[in-house]
Amino acid sequence: MKQTYLILIKDLQQEFKTRYAINAILLFAIVTLSAVSFAIGTFTAGEQVLSALFWVILFFSSMSGLSHIFIREEETQTADTLKLVARPVHIFLGKFIFNLLLLIALEVVLVPLFIAVMNFQIAGFGVFTLTLFIGNFGLAGGGTMVAAIISKASAKGALFTVLSFPILLPVLISGISATKKAAEQGALSGAQNELQALLAYSVIIITASILLFDYVWNE
Amino acid sequence: MLVKIGKWLLFILFALTITGVFVWAPLREGLGEFTRVIYFHVPAAWMAVLFFLLAAYYSYRYLQTKELLFDAYAQISNEMGILFAVLATATGSIWAKQIWHSYWNWDPRETSIFILLLIYGAYFSLRSALEQEDRRARLSAVYSLLAFVTVPFFVFIVPRIYFSLHPDPVINVQGKVNMEARQRIVFFSSLILQTVFFLWVFNIRRTQVKLKMMIRRYQETQTFKEK
Amino acid sequence: MKLLAKNIVKRFGNHIVLRNISFEISNGKSLAIIGSNGSGKTTLIKILANLIAPTRGSVIYQQNGQTIPREHINAHIGLVGPYLQLYQELTARENLYFFARMRNIPDYQKRIAGLMETLGLKGREDDTVKAYSSGMQQRLKYVAALLHQPDVLLVDEPRSNLDEKGIETVYRLLQEQKERSILIIATNDSEDLQLADQTLKVEQA
Repeated sequence: MKQTYLILIKDLQQEFKTRYAINAILLFAIVTLSAVSFAIGTFTAGEQVLSALFWVILFFSSMSGLSHIFIREEETQTADTLKLVARPVHIFLGKFIFNLLLLIALEVVLVPLFIAVMNFQIAGFGVFTLTLFIGNFGLAGGGTMVAAIISKASAKGALFTVLSFPILLPVLISGISATKKAAEQGALSGAQNELQALLAYSVIIITASILLFDYVWNE
Repeated sequence: MLVKIGKWLLFILFALTITGVFVWAPLREGLGEFTRVIYFHVPAAWMAVLFFLLAAYYSYRYLQTKELLFDAYAQISNEMGILFAVLATATGSIWAKQIWHSYWNWDPRETSIFILLLIYGAYFSLRSALEQEDRRARLSAVYSLLAFVTVPFFVFIVPRIYFSLHPDPVINVQGKVNMEARQRIVFFSSLILQTVFFLWVFNIRRTQVKLKMMIRRYQETQTFKEK
Repeated sequence: MKLLAKNIVKRFGNHIVLRNISFEISNGKSLAIIGSNGSGKTTLIKILANLIAPTRGSVIYQQNGQTIPREHINAHIGLVGPYLQLYQELTARENLYFFARMRNIPDYQKRIAGLMETLGLKGREDDTVKAYSSGMQQRLKYVAALLHQPDVLLVDEPRSNLDEKGIETVYRLLQEQKERSILIIATNDSEDLQLADQTLKVEQA
């Protein structure tokens, strides 16, 4: 576990100095939010539309930032350096937690902005936060795994989004539905199905990723 | 000898089934000729899923053994799978237009087949972005398995959640329950025969791939000996 | 410590890079892998360093007669090469502390200080690696590789980016390594051969 922690600290140190991933992810979110808000104008969108919009912005913002953690290692040729000192499982976990923190940082900014700009009335803010919290594990889990896969490919660009979308879709579907319910009623029981689905998905995707990561990392 | 009999039997049964589809099985009210789509649409969808499962199996075997032949098998499984996924989506969409008057509805079944299509597409995108053979085999195998793990969610979760959003009638409810005897016979014949037939085609493709691999291996040992 | 390479074959697609490479090397010895550019030296070094798996054949590390399992080999290997970069945005100290802690090296601060001084980098610990010249980066790579006193030191292109003084220092260190345990270098510079007891020629396929 110590190795996981050390890798996480190392990544955070690098991120702190370059601020590459956080900038990419925040900038994308703000630009998209502005575009959406501008396009919608004074029209009042219902809970369903707003829930969907929120998750769309969240998803595509993640696509701008979650792959950085692996692509950077490959591009700066530090991947082999890391391989020499670390066990694969710790590399995955360290970077997974990094992406998790990245997502939380994004949401800390995005959620208040979105609520304010889009006039999103949420009845059960607690349920909404819970949805985001559990959903983050799924997004970070699947996203980190796919990031590892594409970091070894040549033409990275859109590949990350193309590969991530089917894998992360369950999170989107459950997340949007739960958010809508949180906005409308706010009761925990209402969103139970969705939250269970998110939890199950997170557990399964993280487990599968840990099992499969060795095959991605070792040549 | 047995195989020959099998092939002739397949041919005859298939011919009968197709005749049945177009002539024998009664049409359903309101749908008219469009009823016939179900005899092709459902098998296609089923086979898209079948080849997806096969691909996951071969991917698993590749990771286990690092035998490139399994990677080739996984690739051809995905090739057949995407073909059927496209067919299923297209025929389903046409049928949906007739029943629900709209080409696309995001009904659970439609969503599932669309996602399967996305997964297939992603698999081939990944393969084309990887030039090194062993890397390509390894990473696409991992992705296959990753996708395989998420598929149960679509099967179980999506209907449950979508039910609360859109109480649309699921295609299945309409299809299986209200079929007349003749329709049922033709339907299941079509399903079984198509499965048998396309698995046979798949097997031929597998042999083709295996032969290619054997030739390549042989050529390698030859160049090896030269030096 | 003993390193055995048995019938190593490496193929990339249809291109066979290494054919049937075998050798054996024990404590107190050094090996030079020579060959022209693109002949597969780097591939062989990476296979020996456990970064890549061979298509066929095996690399066996033995200590006291016991074979070391693949997961534990990393602790015994140090690698220096042009394709092995350090973290540019972090300082030398941050890089080295990271490696030292990952490898669980006891009393690493002293060890790092000592190595930095030997390699003429004393006082530059808190500069970012990006600020280092290429010669300094090469020397820093040696520090990183020698931190844990590896049983096997693999060096791809030992003198790259180094000036005369740097080469002198590095040669001394490599000599020490050879006496202490095992040294393997890959080079196409005949000057480097003075460090080697055995040579292995890798030919272009």
